[in-house]
Amino acid sequence: MSALEVGTVVAALVLWGIVSADSESIYFPPLTEILDRFAANWMFERVGSDVVPSLIRVIVGFLLSALIGIAVGLLLGRSRSLRGALGPPLEFLRNVPPPALVPFALLVFGIGESEKIFLIVLGCVFPILLATVDGVADIDPVTRDTADAYRIGGAQRLGSVILPAAAPRIAAGMRTSLSLAVILMVVSEMVASTDGIGHFVVEAQRSFAIADMWSGILLLGLVGYALNLGFALAENRLLWWRRAAARAARGAPGTPGRPASRPGRAGWGDRRR
Amino acid sequence: MSAFTEKVGSLLVIVAILAGLELVVHAGLLDERHFPPPTEVADALVDQMGDPALAEEIGQTLQGWGLGLALAAALALPLGIAIGCSQIAYRVLRGPIELMRPVPSVAFVPLVVLTLGSGLEGKVFLVAFAAFWPLLIHAIYGVRGIDPLLLETARSLGIGPLTRFGRIVVPGAMPYVATGLRTASAIALILSVTAEIVIGAPGLGHSISLAGAAGATPDMYGLIAVAGALGWGLNALLSRLERRVLPWRAAWTGVEE
Repeated sequence: MSALEVGTVVAALVLWGIVSADSESIYFPPLTEILDRFAANWMFERVGSDVVPSLIRVIVGFLLSALIGIAVGLLLGRSRSLRGALGPPLEFLRNVPPPALVPFALLVFGIGESEKIFLIVLGCVFPILLATVDGVADIDPVTRDTADAYRIGGAQRLGSVILPAAAPRIAAGMRTSLSLAVILMVVSEMVASTDGIGHFVVEAQRSFAIADMWSGILLLGLVGYALNLGFALAENRLLWWRRAAARAARGAPGTPGRPASRPGRAGWGDRRR
Repeated sequence: MSAFTEKVGSLLVIVAILAGLELVVHAGLLDERHFPPPTEVADALVDQMGDPALAEEIGQTLQGWGLGLALAAALALPLGIAIGCSQIAYRVLRGPIELMRPVPSVAFVPLVVLTLGSGLEGKVFLVAFAAFWPLLIHAIYGVRGIDPLLLETARSLGIGPLTRFGRIVVPGAMPYVATGLRTASAIALILSVTAEIVIGAPGLGHSISLAGAAGATPDMYGLIAVAGALGWGLNALLSRLERRVLPWRAAWTGVEE
């Protein structure tokens, strides 16, 4: 984040603080009070009892669904007939709004860790699975033919040809699933849980501890932001070649193969980035 | 394999899966209380279809979805296009937008319950809040992604700013906006059902919750299937609409979802 972006965020917070300073409304307490409760609750009193369980659920659920989604997606992506046969049921399942499965998860697992992780996996596996299938199925036939010509097979083909080629699509699917995982984590904690940030927020609302409730909402926002940031950094690391390719395509100075179609307009595309 | 053979194939697979489930449950491998056989679920579904209450519940879920989505679009699209057109606005607002974007809208459920209650208003607010961000972001990037050469050419040909806006900017941003709309629609349905499950707003989600709590598992599964069909139907509707309004888009093979 550039200095300007950080600056505007700080300015927005300051504005919120000023506007809410003399607030008499019960539901919108002054920002200072909220920050007070935030420090009291989350630095670091309730981290172990609420933040850690929530984070574990979301991360374990997300990684598990990525594992299953990518594995099954790879299988389906390679076989046209499997795709044709299983396509419609998968399309149907993918369209079930995941929160509708909360009662199902509760029924099968009762209240507990496995129920929440089960719910998250159920909701998050489909975007990743379908993205993987798309990514594998759409691999450039030239790439495939080249791999055939060099007789690259088996594990090496998977690791060095198929996965990198499908990776951008898979990453896009994973990004969708990450937001879904956070939503499902919060929903399952609000509906049936004994701990977790979502549970804390609902309890605070029920006992009319409004500033505490707001502190929980703020924390959820931060968690969502941090997880997304973490994923973006991981993606950048693992898919490092995308940045280089994008830069070369734009014709940044110093990269070989700058497009010659716009003479005298070096860096033209950069203006809009 | 012709398209017809493929369709027959998928139908056979679905029938095979259902038959397999039926056998597995009757053989006692899956607990019948949690996993009723598909025939029972089908029975329950048929009963529900005859019940006018189902149509009412579907309507309630759709109401939250539709009103929230419309509200979000009415706010996000003009705003997004405006921000996309202005370099300054983009640079200034990008920070707060990127910060607000990953905030899970469900976090505001308790606040909504306190201020707007557990009815339609609360549901519409949650749906609109969640659907606002993808629409805004897609509108902004849709405008910013337009080839500047097009605008420069139009300007040098003497085409006025209003015409440029109507003939280049708006159509150019449409593909992105269409994708954003599909994303926002899925999010809107999710949040509508979430509001029903978490705060008990009337609708499909609420009925699923009740059925689950009462142990009426065939009903519960039937309703979940209805929710799935709803999601599928909305998606198909939007895709069809998109193909109608943006026929040239079908030629784009590599567009990012």
